[in-house]
Amino acid sequence: MNTGIDVPQIQRFGALYIASARLRSMSKWRTIIAAVDIGNPLFYLIAVGIGIGVLVEQGSGTSGTSGIKYIAFIAPALLANTAITGIMDETVFPTIEGFKWRKLFFAQNATPITGRQIALGVYLAALCRAIFSVTVYYLLLLAFSVVDFGVSVLIIPIAILGGAAFGAVILYFAAKIEKDDQFFNILGRLILMPMFLFSGTFFPLTSMPIYLQPIGWVSPLWHATELGREAAFDYSIGNTMVIIHFVVLLTLVVVGLNLSMRQFERRLAK
Amino acid sequence: MSKPLISVRGLTKKFGDFTAVDGIDFDVAKGESFGLLGPNGAGKSTTMRILAATSTRTSGTVEILDKDPELFGPLVRAHLGVVPQQDNLDNELTVSENLFIYGRYFGLSKKFIKNKIEELLEFAQLEEKRDVKVEALSGGMKRRLTIARGLVSEPDILLLDEPTTGLDPQARHILWDRLFRLKEQGVTLVLTTHFMDEAEQLCDRLVVMDKGAIMAEGSPAGLIKQYSSKEVLEVRFGSDRNKEVAPQLATMCERMETLPDRLLMYTEDGEALLEKITHAGMHATTSLVRRSSLEDVFLRLTGRTLIE
Repeated sequence: MNTGIDVPQIQRFGALYIASARLRSMSKWRTIIAAVDIGNPLFYLIAVGIGIGVLVEQGSGTSGTSGIKYIAFIAPALLANTAITGIMDETVFPTIEGFKWRKLFFAQNATPITGRQIALGVYLAALCRAIFSVTVYYLLLLAFSVVDFGVSVLIIPIAILGGAAFGAVILYFAAKIEKDDQFFNILGRLILMPMFLFSGTFFPLTSMPIYLQPIGWVSPLWHATELGREAAFDYSIGNTMVIIHFVVLLTLVVVGLNLSMRQFERRLAK
Repeated sequence: MSKPLISVRGLTKKFGDFTAVDGIDFDVAKGESFGLLGPNGAGKSTTMRILAATSTRTSGTVEILDKDPELFGPLVRAHLGVVPQQDNLDNELTVSENLFIYGRYFGLSKKFIKNKIEELLEFAQLEEKRDVKVEALSGGMKRRLTIARGLVSEPDILLLDEPTTGLDPQARHILWDRLFRLKEQGVTLVLTTHFMDEAEQLCDRLVVMDKGAIMAEGSPAGLIKQYSSKEVLEVRFGSDRNKEVAPQLATMCERMETLPDRLLMYTEDGEALLEKITHAGMHATTSLVRRSSLEDVFLRLTGRTLIE
């Protein structure tokens, strides 16, 4: 054995080695990632800010959105949604690739790196992507004068927390996938899309009939959106709700990540 | 004799009701080149994944460098180089990037890896491909890169699962030459194969596996001596005639195997036997005298050919 191999050190930092390899792979896609992360917010800000927002405010002013300008009202939701889709791209694809398509995880696991570290490394790299996407989005919000620089900067970490909660859970499901035929269709059309529409994104959750509201309650997007609005505007949801939102999101992170790490370990040891 | 590097006793692995590996025993000594020979589905790859300290076992004991791989996975894996059956390189990265990130997984310093990459590129004859993305490499090049990657940590034991399956003859010979060099350098090799010529070329000692069990163990020459005759006469009389003449021919040699297209006659002197057959008035449409191989050993032990 090479004398430079320090197993205790790998046991401490293995997840970072994996994350750095993931970032290296992601950097090969940097042009596309940048185009998506700049283009997507631009389309929304133009369509909603100039189009839908004007229409909404002509109809009912800002009475339905707690006195907040419509585009500003949905901004924390768009930000959290960006974190969610960014993290999803960087967890689901690498995980299915790692277990099935290219079996990269098996190569990584043939070194002193463990399955748990691989899961954590993929997750950390995905968080980096979310940090990038959300920051770009926030800068565009500033550029479009949707928010003022100041306390609104808090919507960045809140959006990332929302993405982190969703990502920890979706990482577990991605690691469970044996047959990927319909997975992406189901994920995109039956989970992400309804979550985006029914999480209090475009209108307050309470304006929906009560039987539709549970979609929001289980959705990381709703919890992050509410927290974001509370942080950035005079939204007044109360301290209890703030705590509940934080607890839900943090619980999803902890539980999801633990399930994911265990699932990675088990699947690699088969 | 010094303590073996790998010691396996009663190793069993079940997937549900299916027993992939069924109570096998073997040792591998330091510097030895050890092979697991058997057809697809014999349990070779499953055994290899357990030796690689990644897969769990159902029962039995395994010690690699005195440690149980299931309890000390990372510690054991620090000593191993693994070349899986299917190349699992990172296609999006270049040749040298693949080596680099893999070295980092072993916690090796960037400086060490940079120097090591030069050595490995030369070994794998990939110097000119260093900055090429892996997806642009040929099958043989990918295979050599996978082997080079397995060597980045200077392992005590290199595990190779079907190292040349799917390669053309020329690529196989290049690979054999590289593996032979490693063997000369004293690296302990453990490899699986279903090619008897590969086993004969590379293995000091091997076990013949079938249906999860070990059928025989020994050196390639020793196994041939023990389970086969010195020479084999292969004769063809045409598909219908083969069966007709078989009973008569069987009395003329030590042992005979009837394959769908030809008869294998085991004897000490193939030419003499062929003459005898001709004298007896039987004229084979084609005939071939060759030395016995591991294929014959496998046929004798299992009644089947290695590649079906």
